[in-house]
Amino acid sequence: MSLTRGAPRADAARAGAVVLTDVVKRYGRGPGAVTALDGVSLDVAPGSFTCLLGASGCGKSTLLSLVAGLDGLTSGSIDDVERPVAMMFQESALFPWLTVAGNVELALRVKGVGRAERRRRAAELLDTVRLSGFADKRPHELSGGMRQRVALARALAQDASVLLMDEPFGALDAMTRDLLHDELERIWRERGLTVLFVTHNVREAVRLGDRVVLLSSRPGRVLHEYDVDLERPRRIDSTPVANLAAEITDALREEVSRHAG
Amino acid sequence: MTAVEVEARREAAPAEHDDTAGGRASRPRGKRRLGPGKAIPFGYLIGPLLLLGVWSWGSAAGWIDPRVLTAPWTVAATAWDLWESGRLGPDLLVSTRRFAVGLAFGVAAGLALAVVSGLSRWGEAIVDGPVQLKRSIPNLALLPLLLLWFGIDERMKIITIALGVLIPIYLHTHNGLRSIDGRYAELAETLRLKPAAFIGRVVLPGALPGFFLGLRFAVTASWLSLVVVEQVNATSGIGYMMLLAGTYGQTDVIIVGLVLYGLLGLGSDAVVRLAQRRVLSWRRTLED
Ligand SMILES: Nc1ncnc2c1ncn2[C@@H]1O[C@H](COP(=O)(O)OP(=O)(O)OP(=O)(O)O)[C@@H](O)[C@H]1O
Ligand SMILES: [Mg+2]
Repeated sequence: MSLTRGAPRADAARAGAVVLTDVVKRYGRGPGAVTALDGVSLDVAPGSFTCLLGASGCGKSTLLSLVAGLDGLTSGSIDDVERPVAMMFQESALFPWLTVAGNVELALRVKGVGRAERRRRAAELLDTVRLSGFADKRPHELSGGMRQRVALARALAQDASVLLMDEPFGALDAMTRDLLHDELERIWRERGLTVLFVTHNVREAVRLGDRVVLLSSRPGRVLHEYDVDLERPRRIDSTPVANLAAEITDALREEVSRHAG
Repeated sequence: MTAVEVEARREAAPAEHDDTAGGRASRPRGKRRLGPGKAIPFGYLIGPLLLLGVWSWGSAAGWIDPRVLTAPWTVAATAWDLWESGRLGPDLLVSTRRFAVGLAFGVAAGLALAVVSGLSRWGEAIVDGPVQLKRSIPNLALLPLLLLWFGIDERMKIITIALGVLIPIYLHTHNGLRSIDGRYAELAETLRLKPAAFIGRVVLPGALPGFFLGLRFAVTASWLSLVVVEQVNATSGIGYMMLLAGTYGQTDVIIVGLVLYGLLGLGSDAVVRLAQRRVLSWRRTLED
């Protein structure tokens, strides 16, 4: 494993699936303005799995919504060669008036998949996230973790080459999360997806990522980038994962306390 | 006992005079729980039945002069006579049809206008003003003009009813549309929904709570407009029957008409509420 500073890189070397260059995002104007991101440069290689770590409020969700094109940048640029992008929101956003299967099928319907095929694919994806028996339930009848899994199934149904995930497993128990880590890793490799994954859980980041990017708080900047050269499949409780996680946690703690102090 | 005294003193102190009765009267308020509590089976019938009870009791005890307000049983007998003689059936049918057709046209128009004005700024600029203008003019005031334009036939009655229905449907659907959570629009965007799918799968379902509220007002508006058009100008319908009875001093027939209007109004509102509960089962509100 190696450690890289988030210094600006040579432009010639940039050819990622998503390339962020000096991205600045400010909310509001005048004295009340909040600078959520301040000069973030990030190179997300095609087919890579990048995890974003940072204190609460440091701009992780903002970064994802900019990449998804839901909001405009204040300055800088985001170039992506790979479209479309699928997004999994922090609060599992499901349409409450559609059933679980209906929510997943909506992503397929957009692509013109036929009715029978939609049913089959939705059932398959719900099986992947271990929710086979809940196809006809409404979102309000599910737990928070179950809703997150439905959102995951829908994001996968979109079949996009870039997958943006905002704390997707935050509300899950350790066992279910481990199972979904395995599933996500399998799907990522099978489909050759590019994943940008936000989490608060350092071990989770090390378990999944090729690379872990540490963001600083207010304003959000890239603080460190860690390449995770551990062999897959990894276990979240293995010693190498724990060691690297400890190292990153120390850096994160330093950053948080620097800010609090 | 002590509690009452404390309450009374608390109430009286700032006002600087003894107001024990006021203190007592406000006491039960403290016993309320948050939310309305469990639904009472057929609770919506209790109020009307209570009213019927008072009416029957008053008539039986001789406190209500039958020339002013006929006794409930006389009304029932008159209704039966009218039905038997074949005079009530056709009038009832005509009135119900006017109500339903006017409602259908009004709902369709209100919905279409709400979607146009809710989803496009230009649509709003063009549609919203005239609707608000119509809103401030009562149907009764429009009637002379509508009579001149459309004559006294069915068309004029349907148009009058539809105009009354359109307003609440438009207002509440438009409001429902505009208050859809912005996250759903973002979600629709990341799902790359096309405009048609966005309207069909996100906008319309999201605006349904508002639409149903509008529909309940619309049903009432439809009956109200019906009463107006049937009493001002008609040769059939319940309103006409009542008007005729008025000139002959038949209080019982008038009451039959009123009761019919009431029952039809209550019945159609119950139907809307039932549909609302079915369709909006995905919501979690105080209602449940
Ligand atoms: N729509 C908005 N309007 C104004 N300020 C915003 C908006 N969205 C985010 N911010 C601000 O931008 C900063 C970053 O927010 P963001 O949601 O990206 O944080 P985050 O890293 O995702 O936090 P968490 O880990 O708690 O989800 C915060 O200071 C927040 O107050
Ligand atoms: Mg966030």
